Amino acid sequence: MPNMMPTKHPMPSQEPDVRNRNFSEVALGYDAETAIDEAKRCLNCKQKFCVSGCPVRIDIPAFIHEVAEGRFEEAYQIINLSSSLPAVCGRVCPQESQCEGVCVRGKKGEPVAIGRLERFVADWHRAHSAEKPAAPAPNGHKVAVIGSGPSGLTCAGDLAKKGYKVTVFEALHLAGGVLVYGIPEFRLPKSIVQSEIDNLTALGVDVETNVVIGRTITIDELMEQYGFEAVFIGSGAGLPKFMNIPGENLKGVYSANEFLTRINLMKAYQPDSSTPIQHAKKVAVVGGGNVAMDAARCAKRLGADVTIVYRRTEEELPARREEVEHAMEEGIVFRFLESPIAIHGDDQGWVRSITCQKMELGEPDASGRRRPVPIEGAEEETPMDCVIMALGTSPNPLIKTTTKGLETQRWGGIIVEEATGQTSREGVYAGGDAVTGAATVILAMGAGKTAAAAIDDYLSKK
Amino acid sequence: MNKILKKQVLNPTVTLMEVEAPLIARKAEPGQFIILRVDEAGERIPLTVADFDREKGTVTIIFQVVGATTEKLNHLEEGGFIHDFVGPLGRPTHTEGLKKVAVVGGGVGCAIAYPVAKKLHEQGTEVHAITGFRSKDLVILEDEFASHSSRFVRMSDDGSWGEKGLVTDALRKLIESGETYDEVITIGPLIMMKFVCAVTKEFGIKTVASMNPIMIDGTGMCGGCRLTVGGQTKFACVDGPEFDGHEIDFDEAMARGRTYQPFERKAYEETCNLFKEGN
Repeated sequence: MPNMMPTKHPMPSQEPDVRNRNFSEVALGYDAETAIDEAKRCLNCKQKFCVSGCPVRIDIPAFIHEVAEGRFEEAYQIINLSSSLPAVCGRVCPQESQCEGVCVRGKKGEPVAIGRLERFVADWHRAHSAEKPAAPAPNGHKVAVIGSGPSGLTCAGDLAKKGYKVTVFEALHLAGGVLVYGIPEFRLPKSIVQSEIDNLTALGVDVETNVVIGRTITIDELMEQYGFEAVFIGSGAGLPKFMNIPGENLKGVYSANEFLTRINLMKAYQPDSSTPIQHAKKVAVVGGGNVAMDAARCAKRLGADVTIVYRRTEEELPARREEVEHAMEEGIVFRFLESPIAIHGDDQGWVRSITCQKMELGEPDASGRRRPVPIEGAEEETPMDCVIMALGTSPNPLIKTTTKGLETQRWGGIIVEEATGQTSREGVYAGGDAVTGAATVILAMGAGKTAAAAIDDYLSKK
Repeated sequence: MNKILKKQVLNPTVTLMEVEAPLIARKAEPGQFIILRVDEAGERIPLTVADFDREKGTVTIIFQVVGATTEKLNHLEEGGFIHDFVGPLGRPTHTEGLKKVAVVGGGVGCAIAYPVAKKLHEQGTEVHAITGFRSKDLVILEDEFASHSSRFVRMSDDGSWGEKGLVTDALRKLIESGETYDEVITIGPLIMMKFVCAVTKEFGIKTVASMNPIMIDGTGMCGGCRLTVGGQTKFACVDGPEFDGHEIDFDEAMARGRTYQPFERKAYEETCNLFKEGN
């Protein structure tokens, strides 16, 4: 008999007033007993809506069934068939708009906690299985992967499992892409990312850090001089967007990318780090996505009073619901229907205040969301000493400008065939934010997976 | 990890290092920069490429000890390793088609001005080099500039080397004496570049200034290196580091450069103390 409890087992977490002062992981994870009981909530539906809601098509009812039976390693092996980063996805996927969003149990009550179960299984495997994956017999083909974020790691993992000799090129000094420079430790511990990368190296993948493709080596050189038969571009999002309002280059104005990189990659929150960061008192974070939530929660942990300024309402916030809830619990103030129009500085060039324009919702725009419209004359100035812009990114021009014949959209995204990830250049594939603009970890992984299959197809016919 | 093949003290605070970096050496051009980390917990700092040898596979950097990271770097010796070394980043200096150029360098900025002067000179451009230092004991690359320019003006603040005065005085004198330039390229402290640009603007001479702002990734991801050029926000790492000097908001760049000054001063003092204790 399934467990008909209408709600998910709550996630054990650090108390809000404790965790908003440290960088340790917020959610502590289910124990085995809770996981089994939660797994029993799954009805094992004939029509598996959850699987179609998953961008990498994990056989969700099958792995949950194994959990319900207490066979955690078997559960892991099922997930592992479709996802190469389960410990990551269990933590950062927007399940409410994917698998859990279509779960039948969600119609009356809460869906099965698929994400929490995925995380449990991945963590259990990591804690109980010392065995590293074995490298398969090489098939003699060489593939280059540009970028070691979610799309690159997934593509590299899938190809390596098939015997390809894969080299991943990373521009930074540490592999992991947005998983290490963007997503904070308290949401995704870096030891988890490192263990996923260690698994890849065990599969025979080479990871070359400190190589900027487009500068140190070009794609043409990879193919002509280094003998790579195919290339996957997973270079991620690029230049941070700003609002083009007065005062944006004052001291104390950061892009979320810079703020997060200082904290996550460079560990500026640790006393022995040699990378500085401003310890502000009053911080405004502009934007409503996951990146805005991450930046706000980091600023809070550095001791600031933090306000998120978003031009629409709570309903339109693009961030994962859980991130919004966590941020609110941690004491972050939300100011909805407002948009900054100016940042003011003191005589030393530091941020002193911001002026926000109040908005109301008008007609829906191209995204289907109601467009915020300024309310004439409704402006308010608020003291702030730091402003963080979390407005998304536009694609990095480095690869586009140095690769002959690589076609891009007018806004800069690389053009690919959706079913394969193939670009306008033969043997060159792309996926993730470099193609779509800023999106999610799981969509990038899906694209890496698609491209890996297409590259395998291409090279086995060659 | 990149090996230090040669270390040479150029003056009490400025050091040259030749670093093994074959991939970067293959591609580097004057005007481009690298980013390095001295050790595992180190910060990322940009340094402009001072020279390169494609055959030997080496890149030369010249740095002034101004903070914790450069202090630590200065304690590395020949045969030692720099933890991370990535590049070449930024766009190369535009040199094509230039017939006559004044290269104006100040202080350790001369280390960056030199490869530009060298490239111009070697491609047949007439180069007038104007370099300025506070005093004689801080002078670097004198012979190199002398052999890669058709006219070499030495300036010092105290008159102990060449003429007493500023590089702007020398530049103005040359222009007023009838010298005409296709372009002036200036590299040095922001305040110096600001005034070089003020002089050339008066005479309507196109001027390129090389910017060296605070940076983290150097590939267009963080936006920390942004500056205002012609009223628009630009990223020094991908759009630069060289920009039209008449369009740069130097005052803003100077203010942004001081963002972490108290932190940097404290870190520098702590690092110096660390090395003292070690002795």
